[in-house]
Amino acid sequence: MSTKTSKRQNDTDLDGEGQLGLFRQMLRVREFEEQVQRSYLEGLVYGTTHLCQGQEAVPVGVLSTLGDGDTLTYTYRGHGVCVARGMPMRVAFGEIFGRVEGASHGLGGSMHITDPKLGLIGSFGIVGGGLPCAVGAALAARLDGKGRVSVTFFGDGSTNIGSFHESLNMAAVWKLPLVFVCENNLYGEFSRIDHTTPVEDIAVRAASYAMPGVIVDGNDVLAVRRAALAAVDRARAGGGPTLIEAKTYRHRGHSRTDPAKYRAEAEVAEWLRKDPIAQFRETLVGAGIADAAALDALHEAAREEARSEAAIAAAGAFPDPAAFVDQTFANA
Amino acid sequence: MAPTELTYRQAIALALAEEMRRDPRVLLMGEDIGASGGPLKTTEGLHAEFGPERVRDTPISENAFVGAALGLAIMGYRPVVEIMFADFLGVCYDQIVNSIAKHRFMSGGRMDAPLVIRAIGGGGLRFGAQHSQTAETWFMPVPGLKIVSASSPNEVYGMLKAAIRDPDPVLLIEHKGLLGVKGPVYVGQDNLLPLKGTNLLRGGDHATVVASLGMVPRALEAAGILAGEGIGLDVFDLRAIRPMDTSDIVESVKRTNRLLTVEEVSLVGGWGAEVCARVTAGAFEYLDAPPQRLGLPEHPLPYSPALEDAAIPDAAAIVRAVRELLA
Repeated sequence: MSTKTSKRQNDTDLDGEGQLGLFRQMLRVREFEEQVQRSYLEGLVYGTTHLCQGQEAVPVGVLSTLGDGDTLTYTYRGHGVCVARGMPMRVAFGEIFGRVEGASHGLGGSMHITDPKLGLIGSFGIVGGGLPCAVGAALAARLDGKGRVSVTFFGDGSTNIGSFHESLNMAAVWKLPLVFVCENNLYGEFSRIDHTTPVEDIAVRAASYAMPGVIVDGNDVLAVRRAALAAVDRARAGGGPTLIEAKTYRHRGHSRTDPAKYRAEAEVAEWLRKDPIAQFRETLVGAGIADAAALDALHEAAREEARSEAAIAAAGAFPDPAAFVDQTFANA
Repeated sequence: MAPTELTYRQAIALALAEEMRRDPRVLLMGEDIGASGGPLKTTEGLHAEFGPERVRDTPISENAFVGAALGLAIMGYRPVVEIMFADFLGVCYDQIVNSIAKHRFMSGGRMDAPLVIRAIGGGGLRFGAQHSQTAETWFMPVPGLKIVSASSPNEVYGMLKAAIRDPDPVLLIEHKGLLGVKGPVYVGQDNLLPLKGTNLLRGGDHATVVASLGMVPRALEAAGILAGEGIGLDVFDLRAIRPMDTSDIVESVKRTNRLLTVEEVSLVGGWGAEVCARVTAGAFEYLDAPPQRLGLPEHPLPYSPALEDAAIPDAAAIVRAVRELLA
């Protein structure tokens, strides 16, 4: 197995502080998800949940290039997008724990955490469901003329469903300010990509829609940022959409009940060696931006934030069925 | 104010034009709705007046452009999408039932989805099994949409304008067999018709007939025939199946003691069953006969004129059904 990832580069537009900021966000996403796992074992998480440990560099790298007015749609594996975008952890935990203090007051759940004030406009539980919505947000951005961009995250599995192709086509033919970010973690649920998809690189599918298709090492946050910067700049300048394929890997199974036994041990071991946080840590130490102790302290702070925020969320209230407010309609 | 005589098709285009002039956030998307004026000419003149950004031709991608309407609506626009044949609602079913119908709810009420899906449906024009369905009952079991059917030029005008101003997603079913039908339209900003409730179109004491969309003119024709025999019908237009309000129908049956529903869909899973259930629950002791339903047979609509006409209830079939109900 090989991934066509470029050699790790240290060149970045970010200074040391900026790079530490990315590192801190990756740790926050990692520790948020680790805490969801612990909370699940404590019985605080209901139904199912889909974790993104191992993929943190993708949302963190992409989001580092966006501004306040930009919008995002994402998937049921979307906790990382919400946390990296600035949603307070307690609000995200609250939703996952089904509490009234959650982002949607418990009406959404783990797969549907949103906040329009942060541009987090849609978290979709149906594979490929968020791409058409992102096309609409991109069209709105173009009509508004304020230079906003729309970004949509989706997995490799989504690229075999019709809405992927319809959305890329429509975004391209209308030259919309839209960045398609495929988190290729090699598995659609339990099936390896080569079992379901006739191309190894999702990015080649961009050629059908006359847009750039960029492959990036999705475990290298600086590389993700570079690719996203180019795509976002292009979109803001009216150049149209880009498909970014970030090669990455989920450390855990598809969902909480999946031990992911279908993956070869050697493959898992290889990707664990390529852990995005461990790699970036090495880069930061090597570049003299921070020493190991300082980075350990950041990690401990992220772990503590996740722990204490989860505790606050767990102390929240369940919605009272007797006081249920039906939010189906604005004007019922 | 005197009404204007307009065709159903003209009433649609006029309602769209007026709302687009009133609110710059209103924009249209659909297949060939631009310079060509629409495959069924329901957007004639709009491209010339409002331009290609607001009257937008789309690729043949219902899933993407209907889903895009949600993104536009979340971001403050008021998109109106046209589904050229209501049958194509099947293509974008996921976006409608899983995304559009649930987005506001799942967001805890922080995001509205003010969008309109106009779907032109209906049989009788020899379009065959995949281009003749009204399709509204496909969506009936799913909370989250307002589902209305327009039976006349004034209805389509007033409901479309109201739908565009409504803060929630509305599925408006139009009937292609009605597009050329002329009728009085009360043109003006204030002619906003409610997206709920029923219209009592004709009064009579012998039976209550409930129809919608293209079945409404046929029910009225049947009522005219039966009036000549001294049989009077209450004829209701069931304008909305979500939310469904049958209170006036229940009150009517308390007086007429008999109920017939007429729908252009198969009876299994049709709205007639819901109306009958509600009337049975609300006026059980008043019923002199079991409620009856007319609808399409349990097979796809055939192409051949002889077979298609036999499959869709017409005035004669409604007359027969009422006589049986009264026998």
